[in-house]
Amino acid sequence: MSFYIASSPHHHQRRTTAKLMQWVLIAMLPGFLAQLYFFGWGVILQLLLAIAVALAAESLCLLARDRAPSTGLQDNTAIVTAALLAVSIPPLAPWWIIVIGTLFSIVVVKHLFGGVGHNIFNPAMAGYVVLLISFPVQMTAWMPPTGLATQAPSFIDSLYLFLFQFTSEGFSLEQMRRVDTGAMLDAVVMATPLDHLKTQLSQGATLSEAMQHPQFTGLAGMGWQWVNLGYLLGGLLLLQQRIIQWHIPVALIASLAFCALLGSILAPDYLPGLSIHLFSGATMFAAFFIATDPVSAATSSKGKLIYAGLIGVLIYVIRSYGGYPDAVAFAVLLANLCVPVIDQYTRPVTYGHRKEQG
Amino acid sequence: MAVEISATSKLWRFPGGIHPPERKAPANLNNIQRFPLPPMLFIPLHQHIGEDGELCVAVGDYVLKGQPLTIPGVNNGLPVHATTSGTITAIHEHPLNHPSGLTGLTVCLEPDGKEAWYPRQPLNNMDALSQREVLQHLQAMGIAGLGGAGFPTARKVAGAKNIDVLIINGVECEPYIASDDRLMREHAKEILAGSHILQKLTFAKQLVIAIEDNKPEAAAAFREAIEQFSVTADFSADGADPAGSAARTNRQPILKIVPTRYPSGGEKQLIQVLTGKQVPVRGLPADIGILMQNVATAYAVERAVNHGEPLLERVVTITGEAVKNPGTAWALLGTPIDYLLAQSGFKPGKKQRVIMGGPMMGFTVTNLQIPVIKTTNCVLAPTHKELTPPQAEMACIRCGACEIACPASLLPQQLQWLAKAQDYAGLKQHHLADCIECGACAYVCPSQIPLVQYYRQAKAEIREQTIEQQKSEIARQRFEARQARLEREKEERLEKHRKAAEARKAAQAARQSEATATEQDPVKAALARVKAKKAQQTAPAANTESPQGPAGSASQTTPEHKVDQKTDQKDAVAAAVARAKAKKAERDRLAQAENNNEAEKPIAAKNAPDHDKKDAVAAAVARAKAKKAERERLAQAENNASTTNTKGSDNG
Ligand code: SF4
Ligand code: SF4
Repeated sequence: MSFYIASSPHHHQRRTTAKLMQWVLIAMLPGFLAQLYFFGWGVILQLLLAIAVALAAESLCLLARDRAPSTGLQDNTAIVTAALLAVSIPPLAPWWIIVIGTLFSIVVVKHLFGGVGHNIFNPAMAGYVVLLISFPVQMTAWMPPTGLATQAPSFIDSLYLFLFQFTSEGFSLEQMRRVDTGAMLDAVVMATPLDHLKTQLSQGATLSEAMQHPQFTGLAGMGWQWVNLGYLLGGLLLLQQRIIQWHIPVALIASLAFCALLGSILAPDYLPGLSIHLFSGATMFAAFFIATDPVSAATSSKGKLIYAGLIGVLIYVIRSYGGYPDAVAFAVLLANLCVPVIDQYTRPVTYGHRKEQG
Repeated sequence: MAVEISATSKLWRFPGGIHPPERKAPANLNNIQRFPLPPMLFIPLHQHIGEDGELCVAVGDYVLKGQPLTIPGVNNGLPVHATTSGTITAIHEHPLNHPSGLTGLTVCLEPDGKEAWYPRQPLNNMDALSQREVLQHLQAMGIAGLGGAGFPTARKVAGAKNIDVLIINGVECEPYIASDDRLMREHAKEILAGSHILQKLTFAKQLVIAIEDNKPEAAAAFREAIEQFSVTADFSADGADPAGSAARTNRQPILKIVPTRYPSGGEKQLIQVLTGKQVPVRGLPADIGILMQNVATAYAVERAVNHGEPLLERVVTITGEAVKNPGTAWALLGTPIDYLLAQSGFKPGKKQRVIMGGPMMGFTVTNLQIPVIKTTNCVLAPTHKELTPPQAEMACIRCGACEIACPASLLPQQLQWLAKAQDYAGLKQHHLADCIECGACAYVCPSQIPLVQYYRQAKAEIREQTIEQQKSEIARQRFEARQARLEREKEERLEKHRKAAEARKAAQAARQSEATATEQDPVKAALARVKAKKAQQTAPAANTESPQGPAGSASQTTPEHKVDQKTDQKDAVAAAVARAKAKKAERDRLAQAENNNEAEKPIAAKNAPDHDKKDAVAAAVARAKAKKAERERLAQAENNASTTNTKGSDNG
């Protein structure tokens, strides 16, 4: 009789990295659907292209590094990276934007740093930042959410815009936007609520004046609040499934909320309030899907609290005083840089090494 | 910081821990079985920590149940016993209970089915015996810890001083295993009696029995046993306690139910749960006043003391979906596990896994002939569906799940990187040695990294390195010691010659000084008087300046002078005394000088209580003598003087 020899433990919680990543993708659905609803077909086009590029890049990288692509691809991490990046960029940005971004995320940020588990930066966010710095115009060209625009671009128009930057009738994105805004929203130059606020405030308007804009209905602006609520829902699913721990989302949201409250108390006229910060931009997405990326986050529970708290503060500071309207990507990358230090100083005390015991 | 636990005291939490499926049923559902005697028993000589004893039987011998097969060596080893009566058919190498398939010298015993006992000697009057005698009995009965590594119980007890709490561990946190569970349900009374014996031996103030909350039946059995005990126990008659410490010993046992969470049954973890304290690193539980024993050990102690039975059998759980009738059974030590499996209806599958121990910490066996030994608690034969074999290892995603699960608060992830990089210094810095190999980290790792395997390998390599280092260190020390010895011998020879010469010189000098001292006497005496007057306290000053008595005693004998002594004067006096003492010591070393000293003593002693003048004279004599001696003093002696000097001023 031949025996099966193995090292203990012989039992294993059957929850593989691949399954974890699947859950992440599933949990992204509510937010993704909200984005699809408010921003049109472009969202899905971006996603599909991103995934295709990511898988191809991942396979090539694995081959180049002498790993079998079949096992490497199994962990689903490339798909998650692609999805995170795809939902972060403007839905009707030209196709080569997402291609460049995905390639950068997978090839440079992930594989040149040594593959999964070795990257110090969050790949999706690093890709996003590179795009934002390289192509600021395309990267900030968000469409107004459906309902504000006179007409949403049809699927064919979206596809044309995505591929050729012109609708089937020959309008450019810029023209489309101007048509929309000309009709209804005079002052919209940039489309997201945070962009709008930033511009208005920098032009000397007070917060309440800036908020007069029809975009600001409900919690934090049309469309965006629903997207955020969608990601919040997905995040809660991840928590419930124990895919992520509570530390990062809670610390991130708490520190951002604290800063926002403090800001509104100190300068109610010039600093956007709590609901704007929490439910606009990419806050919930960052709290549950970006900052929780295990590879680039701090490891210990205490470390995670510090790490996410830092992101929250950075988001607030950059949003309020920085040059960019939203700050999630920069904040996350900066916090990534701090992870080794955080890990160093939050090492748990090993059993029996407690000080008071001598 | 004495540890105290009460029935209501709070329970603490150890960090990490996991909740693997328990799967104690169906093995824990039925009574402990007793299978027919196996056709052959394989009794290895090496069964526990400690050296093997010396074999005292030969092939062909007929042995009785309980007859010792080995005589333990010097190092308090344990004997092994024949576990039934029968004939020794062979003594040869046989696979051992070891993951690597190691073999070891084993006595093959063919049972005759009579179960004829070797004479048993219960300790009927344990209270009249000393702790040492009882421990010797336990040693002879081969009692070892049945829960963990099989450490000889007597040694553990003897090494533990100042025990506040004796914890009887009935937690049994590992999945599948139900041996202690069944034992507790069926023999709570005996376990309790054994626990009391252990409590007496350790003089522990408290007795605590800890059970996980997933074994309510065992807890109920204990509750009943404790109640019966409380009714029948005569607390006042407890005075026969060997140390007479009955007063401080509370014999009422405390039952603590701890929440189910693997590995709460680990010694360190259970201590943390019950007391909130941690065993200090490289320390023992005894360092914080705690001793822990397993329930099965307590049971074995009871059998040994009250029935004179050596440790011959233990409860083994035979379970897993590849056996038809999972359950628990009394297995004689030496029973090959294939016999136990066969009795339980073992249906091996393709590439069957057979695990000795539980799924978390057990090891897979390579041979089913390996015998049950004192530490064998479970034989697990799972199907592949039941416990999926490990999948291909994937890259670590730094998720930190391992860290959250680790009960020792280690960083399993970092340890893994370091182990792969063979960075032994880094591993040490990350406290690899504190890893208890519980497997919690590997259990939760989503990338299926066999973390514990890496740690074990690294530990083995570090151990090897350390042994190598120790070897070379020992060689170096031996060489250095030899060099030092040669050096020393040479110096000693020289020193002997030098001393002999010195002694001759000193003798001469002493003789001379005696003569000159008497000559110079009047002058010295006058000088001394003047000095003494200046100090306005003639008698004590002179008195203490004499080399015979310490300053303290001198001032005590003349209390009238004590009052107005100023500190600086005191210091001066003390310094003088010290100097004189040093000189005296120097002289003491020389045989001749010692004689002189002795001759002087009575004179000075007589003079002391007398007139100041006489005192002064004596002091002067002494000082003169000392001066002479001083001239001959060596550098070494000067050093002595300076040290005594400081001491002297302290005294003053
Ligand atoms: S095996 Fe070691 S590192 Fe892993 S959880 Fe247990 S104690 Fe921690
Ligand atoms: S659980 Fe596994 S994958 Fe996660 S950090 Fe630990 S070793 Fe890495």
